[in-house]
Amino acid sequence: MPTAHICSIVPISKTVGANRIIPSVAIPHPLGDPDKSPAEEKAIRRRLVEMALQALETEIAEQRVFD
Amino acid sequence: MANKIRVIHCLNQFFGGLGGEEKGGLAPQWFEGPKGPGLLVQQLSADIEVVGTIAVGDNYIAEHPDDGGREIVALIEAQIARDPDLRPDLVMAGPAFAAGRYGMSCGAICQAVQEQLHIPAVTAMHPDNPALDIYRQALTAARAGVDVMGMRDAVDAMVRVGIKLVAGEAIIPSEDGTIPRGLRRNYFADATGAQRAIEMLLRKLNGEEIGTEYPMPAFSRVAPAAPVADMAKATLALVTSGGIVPRGNPDRIESANASKYGEYSLEGLDRLSAESHQSVHGGYDTTYANEDPNRVLPLDVVRELVREGRIGRLSETYYATVGNATSVKRAEAYGREIAAKLVNVGVQAVILTST
Amino acid sequence: MTLTLLRHSVQTVTLGGTAGITGGTLTVDADALCSHLQTRDDRLTSIQIGLAVPGDATRIVCVKDVVAPRTKKAGKEPGTGTLCVLDNVAVVTCGPIVAFQEGIIDMSGPGADYTPFSRFPLVVLEIDVGDGVSPHEHEAAVRSAGLDAAEFIARSCIDADPDVIEMVAWEPPHGGPELPRIAPELPRIAYLYMVLSQGLLHDSYVFGRNAKDGLPLAVDPRAAFDNAIVSGNCVSACDKNTTYHHQNNPVIAELLRGHGSRWTFVGVVISNALTRLAEKQRSAAAAVKLVADMNVDGAIVSKEGFGNPDADLMMILRGLEQAGIKASAMTDEFAGSDGDSQSLADAAPEADAIVSVGNANERIELPAMTTVFGPLPDVTRLAGGYPHSLREDGTMEVELQAIMGSTNQLGYGRLSCQEV
Repeated sequence: MPTAHICSIVPISKTVGANRIIPSVAIPHPLGDPDKSPAEEKAIRRRLVEMALQALETEIAEQRVFD
Repeated sequence: MANKIRVIHCLNQFFGGLGGEEKGGLAPQWFEGPKGPGLLVQQLSADIEVVGTIAVGDNYIAEHPDDGGREIVALIEAQIARDPDLRPDLVMAGPAFAAGRYGMSCGAICQAVQEQLHIPAVTAMHPDNPALDIYRQALTAARAGVDVMGMRDAVDAMVRVGIKLVAGEAIIPSEDGTIPRGLRRNYFADATGAQRAIEMLLRKLNGEEIGTEYPMPAFSRVAPAAPVADMAKATLALVTSGGIVPRGNPDRIESANASKYGEYSLEGLDRLSAESHQSVHGGYDTTYANEDPNRVLPLDVVRELVREGRIGRLSETYYATVGNATSVKRAEAYGREIAAKLVNVGVQAVILTST
Repeated sequence: MTLTLLRHSVQTVTLGGTAGITGGTLTVDADALCSHLQTRDDRLTSIQIGLAVPGDATRIVCVKDVVAPRTKKAGKEPGTGTLCVLDNVAVVTCGPIVAFQEGIIDMSGPGADYTPFSRFPLVVLEIDVGDGVSPHEHEAAVRSAGLDAAEFIARSCIDADPDVIEMVAWEPPHGGPELPRIAPELPRIAYLYMVLSQGLLHDSYVFGRNAKDGLPLAVDPRAAFDNAIVSGNCVSACDKNTTYHHQNNPVIAELLRGHGSRWTFVGVVISNALTRLAEKQRSAAAAVKLVADMNVDGAIVSKEGFGNPDADLMMILRGLEQAGIKASAMTDEFAGSDGDSQSLADAAPEADAIVSVGNANERIELPAMTTVFGPLPDVTRLAGGYPHSLREDGTMEVELQAIMGSTNQLGYGRLSCQEV
């Protein structure tokens, strides 16, 4: 089944063979940002998840980074 | 005089003198003492006594993949029960040279003997033998030539490696002429890492052979799965390697090199919180994840998207493990198991988050 | 400008009595040290000072850092002037676990072979902090205490006669294509020194500043000997670069040893490993540029931690290769307990000269010990430990990952790994 990988270190994700890759914010908070307000964080999080959904709906022939 | 090393030698129908291709389906048969190449084994080492020989047809194990190795083990156990002096210190199989079916047979036998009888086993084959695709990591295999012209050298190598195995000595491909198993083993070098790095750089600068201690791997690739036509009609599951678990870590997932993954319920939860969940991952600063676990496992926005109809359904079970120092092999195993469970409950797509 | 090291070789350590060093015996005034630390930091609620001696059945758990006592006697610039150095002794800080990654030191038995700290006496500080202290504060308090203690002990010996006076000379050689090269027949080599900077228990400090900022930076190689780099992290005891490792950086020591005879040691670039991809790329590119500006033939690269720092390493190696600089690098491996798994998280064809300092997943059986410093039950929560690691009889099975310095990536030890 299709899997969207949300992660910070894209080169590693590519090296280990993930096919649908969504670059996230940072290692300790991939879907958040403590420097921002909670509302802004949630908006960032939502955008990343929506990107992931889009990736899950996209036909690909090889590894792709969605951002 | 020291006791001789007792060997049981396994070979195929041809080298056992029982026939050719037509006898390929021969079930395992026991013979007292050495046969064929086994006689050469005894000739080449005064320390070895071949107490028995098992001949099995080249096709037999291929036709009995699950039971074949076990049958050989049972045959050996039966002989030992009959006469305890037949208990071997070592099992030898082959040499199989480049013969694929014979190689598979030797591989299965050695693996079974090692795992079920806990007796060392050694074989010999050509480095291109197809059996190595399956058995490479399990086998101590001396390097042999392509065919029976290399019999003497192959048996000689097998004998030397076998004696070392029995003595419990470490087997090193470059020293002992074995086929690399693809396993990494620690040892203490004469020089420090810093000294070795400098000498290695100098070799590289001088255009000499570098002698890298870690050749770069080629990671395996998986073909991309077909997309989901419309996530609004699909069931999504969440998985994370970021170590997000229910507060208290009920399954005691380790902070590094996790020996397990957890299966947890999201029922009744609209979002994760510092009270309900925590991060047990030892490889990153978990302060932010502990304050708000949605930063690693985005339950809050996923729930919203389900309510809005952008996602059909969220599976109420999520999977979590810790990706810190967890070896790729283990992670692959977890992935396979989790995938099977998800497929079973009708999940069609996964969002995997990592830190 | 020279760096002069006044080296005092410690044979034995006693706690209690007049502080100082005479005839190889270092006396630590434990009571005075205790008050000194508590006066400086009221977050510290409990400090126990003990001694761990090589060969004893002693185990130290939840080790946060190891620090060599050395103090500046004269001079201002880091890496120049006069340093009073105590050899064959170190301060070890331990205590209740802050978060997962603290290590074990065994003074005897099979575990002792895997840590350099089993070879000389250790002054062990078991430290606890008040209940309201946050994890960040806890780490900072223990880190400061370790550094203060090492400084306190070194200061007590500052006027004693050294056993050896070592002069370390180094000048930044002229760089650039248009300037004359010193000893042109010798290869020009630089050292690219990555330190970890990723948050709580993942930080380092360079010239007192968090390594997240101000790096990459070209520095005098001798600055490392002069307490320039302090560890604030425990990413797994096996490849944590303790402050001691930084103070005794083996790459710098070896490169200085051959400087002018086998190679020209052109300089050191300290760089960091951050948590955002763009930041990693920026640091890697900037570090490579600093090295390239030194007009070198080759570079040694070291790292800290594993997993995401593997990506930094690969970026750096690719960058150096593209800049026409040949590089070798040191790294440990996480190849699984049986050695059958992929060892690194990232790979690159440019990484063709790699020294392996060992597979940290290999397991080791450790015997029970008579004396234990630190909270033994916390061993099961250590990176490299398992819930079942610790047995009732005090024996344990852990991965090398849990042992302090076992796969040190500065190349301090002799552990290596090969394919079998």
